Amino acid sequence: MQREVASAGGAPASDADPVPRRRFSGRVLLPAAALAVMLAAIFVLQPRAMSYNGMRLLLGFSLPLMFAAMAQMCVIAASDIDLGLGTYIGLVNSLSALLLADRPLLGVLSLVGCVLAYAGMGAFIEARRLPSIVVTLGASFVWLGLALLVLPTPGGASPAWLSALVRLKPPLVPLSIVVAVLLALVGHWLFMRSSYGVVLRGIGSTPQAVRRAGWSLLTARTVLYGLAGVFGLIAGLVLTGLNTTGDANFGAPYTLLSISAVIVGGGEFFGGIVAPVGAVIGAFIMLLTGSLLSFMDVSTDWQLSVQGAILILVLGTRAFRRRRA
Amino acid sequence: MSGATDSLVVLGGIAKQFGAVRALAGVDLTILPGEVLAVVGHNGAGKSTLMQVLIGTLAPDTGSIAVAGRDETAGYDVRRAHALGIRCVFQELSLCPNLRVFENVRILHHGLMGFGWPRRARRLVRAALDEIFPGHGIDADAVVGDLSIGQRQMVEIARAFTVTDQPVRLVILDEPTSSLGARAAEQLLRFTRRAAGRGISCIFISHRLREVLEHTDRVVVMRDGQVVARDRAADLTEALLVERMGVMADAAHAASTRANGAGADLPVRVDIQPTAGGTIRLIARAGEVVGLAGLDGHGQRDTLLQAFAAPRGGGPGARVDGSVAYVSGDRPREGVFPLWSIGRNVTIGLLRRLSRGGFLSPQAESATADEWRLRVKVRTPDMNNPILSLSGGNQQKVLIARAFACGADILLLDDPMRGVDVGTKQELFEDIRAEADAGKCVLLYTTETQELQHCDRVYVFYRGAITEEIARAALTEDRVLRASFGQTDDTGQHSGGRADAA
Repeated sequence: MQREVASAGGAPASDADPVPRRRFSGRVLLPAAALAVMLAAIFVLQPRAMSYNGMRLLLGFSLPLMFAAMAQMCVIAASDIDLGLGTYIGLVNSLSALLLADRPLLGVLSLVGCVLAYAGMGAFIEARRLPSIVVTLGASFVWLGLALLVLPTPGGASPAWLSALVRLKPPLVPLSIVVAVLLALVGHWLFMRSSYGVVLRGIGSTPQAVRRAGWSLLTARTVLYGLAGVFGLIAGLVLTGLNTTGDANFGAPYTLLSISAVIVGGGEFFGGIVAPVGAVIGAFIMLLTGSLLSFMDVSTDWQLSVQGAILILVLGTRAFRRRRA
Repeated sequence: MSGATDSLVVLGGIAKQFGAVRALAGVDLTILPGEVLAVVGHNGAGKSTLMQVLIGTLAPDTGSIAVAGRDETAGYDVRRAHALGIRCVFQELSLCPNLRVFENVRILHHGLMGFGWPRRARRLVRAALDEIFPGHGIDADAVVGDLSIGQRQMVEIARAFTVTDQPVRLVILDEPTSSLGARAAEQLLRFTRRAAGRGISCIFISHRLREVLEHTDRVVVMRDGQVVARDRAADLTEALLVERMGVMADAAHAASTRANGAGADLPVRVDIQPTAGGTIRLIARAGEVVGLAGLDGHGQRDTLLQAFAAPRGGGPGARVDGSVAYVSGDRPREGVFPLWSIGRNVTIGLLRRLSRGGFLSPQAESATADEWRLRVKVRTPDMNNPILSLSGGNQQKVLIARAFACGADILLLDDPMRGVDVGTKQELFEDIRAEADAGKCVLLYTTETQELQHCDRVYVFYRGAITEEIARAALTEDRVLRASFGQTDDTGQHSGGRADAA
């Protein structure tokens, strides 16, 4: 009896498990394995996809999605959610198509304004302690309204340099894979390695602890939303380059796709638990479901339902595993 | 004692008011370098508020703060306190569970950045852990959420003693040993002594009086937002200390509210076998107030929920005879309807009785609301005022009135006095006692040992089972604390039960 008390160590639940599990590497391994399986299935069904040009076609539209996923992840890191990201990307798309080619200075200024507005939105949410879901939902209508104001009907043109940039053909590996690796590295460094990244993830779980350690929550949230604004900006620009035109409604699907990518990639809605590498992988998974379905001769009309089902499946399995743990 | 210039920290006339509650009424406190100082007092005596002022998270209304002989009153905040070497280990943990151990170290140290910071952070926290808790078995790369509560507390304590570009001069330990095991607690207490030898002061906030007397130099007793006594620990005994804290008076008063223990002839209302087993069942009779004690999260709430579910065909091992009402201390989350009036918050529990022909009768509603305003003395001119216009204590009165009003035979009170001021608490306990005398059966879960004095019997929980049943007359803080860590008196009334299990 006495010995049992002494060894209890005041740790009621998990004394039996002295070596803590490495939860985060598991977070990224699972989506990576899922992506590998999907790619393998695609290559089996359509061997021609396994070439430079095949991959280029297959992954062409992964570029805007992976940047959108990274933007969404910045917001989810603070346990917030961004429902306005898609229309924001649409706004950037419209502004860049309308202004960047003809009036570059005005174009650049307006885009810088977009990023500042995003950072300001983060500051506003923190200062007024508002729920992000409400503010970003409201903002989504503002972005859409502005986009329709500057570009009432689809049109405009992508500046030549932008179109050329997104059509680059680096040797051996297609552009989207090169960019994905770079983006994953940058995201990983930013959030998981840099010293301020620790603070940024900290506010997503225990903001009062971070505040007590003398950090400004206002600064942190502003930085996170500012980063989201920058990644969203890149997503919008890439979209312009790929489509060579602007449309206020082009961006809309990216809101839910980006959220799905973050969650499928191992992030969590709450608690500041994010995985930048996983978010990029998640973006590919969300993109490839469509291709995989069409290779299996399933109508693309099913694509959205399948993407939704994947999200529910991932969340459901995770909840199930947590209950068993 | 040394002059003011030798002191590390001098607080002068610190006062702080929260609305109508005076949390601190002009506190003077001096902390010497290399001193281990204990601050004791009841919950609500102002200890935590004073510490918050000291670490800069709360600005006092009046008063001065001087550190190392310099007046720091102006612009004193968390960062300044940290720069001056004042750290705090909080009672409710303040680590980020999603981050790794070394990343949490980084959160505390603003200067820990640039190339190779993870390596430096790991080295810092490993060294501190090894020194304070040899044999701790904690990996600096572990995610904090995967650690046990005791390990997290170790990490938090070790983190407070790490030094980068800023010195450590004073570490405030708020109930540090309550979630540490016996061995780790001993290691910590020995370490504070060594740290003091190096000139690092410690403030110890603890309810474990023996610990306080054995391991500190000086004891400051707080009561009602004031320092009422300062003594050298060597000059004190537990009894003296308890007297200074004013516990005795309360205990005598509470005991007198009930002359004898519960009559064995009254009907048993609740009979529960806690989920984790054990040999002691929880039995509560009509007319009794039964306490559920122990450290937070050791199965008390589960047992209450078991009792709540039983009349609806809940799990096995629970027999509950009568209707049940549940009152949570977590008011914002599972208590009040924040947008409703005070009256509506009372009457929600008995809508059927207030309706006439399928419609609510406003007259009956307001009559009931006014009746309960008088019965539990809700401090409001009008029960139609919004519930949020009340203080936390009065909101809790409303919630308890709701439970009373619905006429349940059994009241389950889940830490109901959380954040309730002392005066209101006393009134609420009188109300609860009155209901029990009228034949209700009350189960009260509380983590504050103080409140157990209002119970006829107390069951102490540890790891989901009951370790000890203590009758009102035999109740001491020390006994409850020991049972909370699974240690029971062999001379206790339940030694027979343990023999059966062996």
